[in-house]
Amino acid sequence: MSRRVTPSQTIGPFFDRALLHEGWNDLAALGAAGERVAIEGRVLDGDGAPVSDAMVEIWQANAAGRYDHPEDLQGEDRRERPLDPHFHGFGRTATSPDGRFRLRTVKPGPVPGSDDAPQAPHINVSIFARGLLKRLVTRIYFPGEPLNEADPLLSALPAGRRAMLIARVADGGAAERVLHFDIVLQGDNETVFLDV
Amino acid sequence: MSTLLDYRRLAQGIDPPYDHGAYASTHKRAPKRPLIRIAHTLSEITGPRLGAELVGAADADLTRFAGGEALGERIVVTGRVLDEDGRPVPNALVEIWQANSAGRYAHDVDQHDAPLDPHFSGVGRVATSVDGVYRFATIKPAAYPWKNHYNAWRPQHIHFSLFGPGFATRLITQMYFPGDPLLELDPIYQSVPDPEARERLVCAFDIEATIPERALGYRFDIVLRGRNATPHERGTDGDVR
Repeated sequence: MSRRVTPSQTIGPFFDRALLHEGWNDLAALGAAGERVAIEGRVLDGDGAPVSDAMVEIWQANAAGRYDHPEDLQGEDRRERPLDPHFHGFGRTATSPDGRFRLRTVKPGPVPGSDDAPQAPHINVSIFARGLLKRLVTRIYFPGEPLNEADPLLSALPAGRRAMLIARVADGGAAERVLHFDIVLQGDNETVFLDV
Repeated sequence: MSTLLDYRRLAQGIDPPYDHGAYASTHKRAPKRPLIRIAHTLSEITGPRLGAELVGAADADLTRFAGGEALGERIVVTGRVLDEDGRPVPNALVEIWQANSAGRYAHDVDQHDAPLDPHFSGVGRVATSVDGVYRFATIKPAAYPWKNHYNAWRPQHIHFSLFGPGFATRLITQMYFPGDPLLELDPIYQSVPDPEARERLVCAFDIEATIPERALGYRFDIVLRGRNATPHERGTDGDVR
């Protein structure tokens, strides 16, 4: 029987106790294989003011380029992309009063695109907030990554917009690479948002 | 990988626009540039699998908290999580949150001058069964004022967060109650353009779900995006791929 989709509504300002859980901002905590990366940034509104009540979620492949999901069957015939029992690929955090968020993870491997062309390593991002009646979606790509050149999404964008999807190298600690990625909801530096 | 079946795009009028003039918080938060539509790849078709392993025995009962019974009208909310083809979405995490029976959230930011209830957290979690059925017991939330415009009141509502099978099916929404006179005046509810789609956010009283001597029952089915029946032809849709 055919049914019609339930519409989206805003997350509102009061989601913290229901949706935020200890440790959900650290995807590498279980000892995942791969290069450790911290991603930090700010969520800003059209006036450049910090958005202090946003929730940021990420979903990504493991270091071998495999999603922990039954429909990613790459491993069946391509054993070089195994699942990692210590990595599941989902993270969630919220912004602080000054609009900042921080997630720890590992750099994902490349995954196939829609026509088998490889996609450069990327992290899928959802942003929810009061004032967003439906989520915003973007992607975080990695600086200095040779596969960025041929990535189907990056290469479809004008150069200035393309650069906005690539995280910047930030000052880091010894244990991990630190990358910076701001999410600008509106204005001249508006983030590239995706219709998925 | 080109044989992966992508998720259907939503028909016009179902999801609200980002920029909705009557809802003040959208003014500085709505993007002004058009979104870039991308073809679905493994990145959108796969998604986190969160289910029953995250749900504790007491998480589906919001009527008791911190050793006591919450104040207010007890209700049961139940329904199915389905896709557009009517197929159940099994073992799917459903996260919920709401105001108490006085219209106050247990949250530092909520400054509404209404009493907190020490025995109501307003937070719950359930997972769907193999048939896609979820069920939780709670207290009917009250309406509360907000500062969107003069004399603005949110209708009674419960927030729902669901993942479904893929990144593309992620949904956060709100469930409303039948007959609430505030629905007519609420910019958030009214942001859904299609009136029929809007009404799908309103639960229905259900005597079958009602527990004698205990709690009224309400039914609320949630429908997530379904799959296209055939793979897209290459290059016919204008999507970035």
